[in-house]
Amino acid sequence: MLSVTLENPAAGAPSGAVILNAGGTAEGDAVGVEPKISARGVNFYYGSKRALRDISLDFAPRMVTAIIGPSGCGKSTFIRLINRMNELVPGTRLEGEILLDGLDITGPACDAAELRKRVGMVFQKPNPFPKTIFENVAYGLEVGGLRDRLALEERVELSLRKAALWDEVKDRLRESALGLSGGQQQRLCIARCLAVEPEVILFDEPCASLDPISTAKIEELILELKRQYTIAIVTHNMQQAARVSDRTAFFLMGELIEVGPTGRIFKAPRDKRTEDYITGRFG
Amino acid sequence: MQRHFDEELQDLKGAVMRMASLARQALMKAVEALKGRDPAAAREVMGSDAELDALELEIDERCLDLIARHQPMARDLRFITTAIRLNAELERIGDLAVDVAQRALDLSGKPLLKPLVDIPRLAELAARMTGEATEAFVNGDAELARKVVLSDPEADGLKRAVEKELVEDYMMKDGSTADRAVPLLLAARHLERVADHAVSMAEDIIYMVEARVVRHRPGELGKRPEK
Repeated sequence: MLSVTLENPAAGAPSGAVILNAGGTAEGDAVGVEPKISARGVNFYYGSKRALRDISLDFAPRMVTAIIGPSGCGKSTFIRLINRMNELVPGTRLEGEILLDGLDITGPACDAAELRKRVGMVFQKPNPFPKTIFENVAYGLEVGGLRDRLALEERVELSLRKAALWDEVKDRLRESALGLSGGQQQRLCIARCLAVEPEVILFDEPCASLDPISTAKIEELILELKRQYTIAIVTHNMQQAARVSDRTAFFLMGELIEVGPTGRIFKAPRDKRTEDYITGRFG
Repeated sequence: MQRHFDEELQDLKGAVMRMASLARQALMKAVEALKGRDPAAAREVMGSDAELDALELEIDERCLDLIARHQPMARDLRFITTAIRLNAELERIGDLAVDVAQRALDLSGKPLLKPLVDIPRLAELAARMTGEATEAFVNGDAELARKVVLSDPEADGLKRAVEKELVEDYMMKDGSTADRAVPLLLAARHLERVADHAVSMAEDIIYMVEARVVRHRPGELGKRPEK
């Protein structure tokens, strides 16, 4: 089992700024931060197929952790465990534990609906409800029992502002969300996620269907959001991982091959398989 | 998997080798000009610097182009950034060869102060270090690069020996020798600077190969990658 201790760049420093002598020891990489999320010895099965193998991985609070790897390596499967999306798939089985603030979220003692309020998710394809812009953002709040109109409006505006969408939609809140562009729809989904005040946001290839300008907006937004939230992002785009993340984990065939500060991973990966993948020599 | 990018990296390597070859040739010719106080050879060195300058610009442009188009990672990134740094070091070596040639012009037509012993040795050492640094780059040989770094004290020692002899045995005893001693003092300093640039090249190459920073960190030089 590859057990990985938390490494991250110095708080407040640009990614990779403190990374020296990466080819040698991990000296200088590690800081003693209590992880927000901690996966311990995780195995996951789709029927008899083992999709994840002994994954142990920490997510530092208020940092962006990117998960990269080729298609089918288990990266999406892994982050979907963090808000228990996979248990909706029949025939799946999980071993090991996933701790959120030190408490195991995999057992029956943890309520999945409550968990998903704390751990929001944004998917590859924007998936707004066929409702108005306002209703999309207010939906989770209303389901959660918030009825006060003024409070709802305040939370919707705040969420849209945090998602860097407010200025573009403030005059059309009662229009259908489906009339927004793809990039706007994705930011709306982020606003919807933020409205219920999560602590963790999981992004599963959030820019895969977006043009470069929309992608840049989402990336800027992720960098803003990490001041407040713990973020995990699955991406096929290595430049995106390099741009937005503080730490990067490389998965291959269900295994965690390597994790470390993003600057080090992209300048001096320790494992040849990581190097071959990120330099495009894989295959 | 063979990549088209690899061909471009090979081309870049070839350009850096050409730069190293030109810089080393200029250095050797400048030293010959100094030894023979040969103004024609000295002017030839000065005239050849334009080619080095042009190649430096071309290599810089090529590196920026590769970064912009390919967004290189890991060893590719280290290779290109090392090529950029080596390019600058080699251009400086070319400039120092011109400086040595200028000292040859300063001395032309004047009788030799003394037979040159340590200056040719220093020149040979500096040229060898530059050659070995280039070879280390071409072959990705961190051990050869370490050898270059470890040669630096020898270059410093030779420069000090030249200074001591010229100052104590000539200039302090007979001030009229200054106009022939000072160009030799300066030449020794130029050559020692060439050795310093070769050391910088070698340190960059160790980073390229092992991702280990040894620059300003002498304790790191003896460490090796974990197997």
